[in-house]
Amino acid sequence: MIRQDIIQELPYSRPFLFVDEILAIDEDHIKGSYRFKKDEFFYAGHFKDNPVTPGVILTECMAQIGMACFGIYLLGDNWNRDEIGVAMTSDEMNYYKPVYPGEKVFVTSEKIYFRFGKLKCNVAMFDEDNKKIAKGVIAGVSFKK
Amino acid sequence: MTKEELLSKLKTIVTPYVQNTEGLNALNENTDFIKDLEINSANLVDVVLDVEDEFDIEIDNEAMEKMIDVKSSIAVIESKLAAK
Repeated sequence: MIRQDIIQELPYSRPFLFVDEILAIDEDHIKGSYRFKKDEFFYAGHFKDNPVTPGVILTECMAQIGMACFGIYLLGDNWNRDEIGVAMTSDEMNYYKPVYPGEKVFVTSEKIYFRFGKLKCNVAMFDEDNKKIAKGVIAGVSFKK
Repeated sequence: MTKEELLSKLKTIVTPYVQNTEGLNALNENTDFIKDLEINSANLVDVVLDVEDEFDIEIDNEAMEKMIDVKSSIAVIESKLAAK
């Protein structure tokens, strides 16, 4: 299950799209993945001569899968790419291990609540050996543009 | 529950989301959550969810849209409590 139908609704594009696949989705959960390309734009400067994926980009990846893709699915018929905008409104994250160029990550997100256009989720990121990379809580809103 | 008790509970609920503490100190019936307290719209949702938990009531979309200031929030809470 790649769910290209959801991914193509996302308001992001390269070089700031961090979703490859949606692996599972229902009313309470979503799981997706992304492989960080070796030539992502931020590796040139983070860090000097030592490319490591920035934590904010890991959070962005978790938000794109765990909030944006999930939210579009939950909104269902109420989603309209031309009329609805999305915004991250809060995040609290802990990071446990670095992600290097070329690594594939898996993101899981579990709904805490989805009320009045606001989605709040427990999110986590794992590597291919199922080791935890990051864990936290993210919230976002959808709104009429 | 008296109006003073209700106001006091509401003040406790909004406090963690307030960005303008002067507005909080001067909280009264006419205080507007966004203009006077500088609560953002995402946290306004948290205020409503906390109101639901505190008073054991359910706020629907229509009621939520009214809850933009102290006076109308108290009116919504009172009517939901009366309907219980």
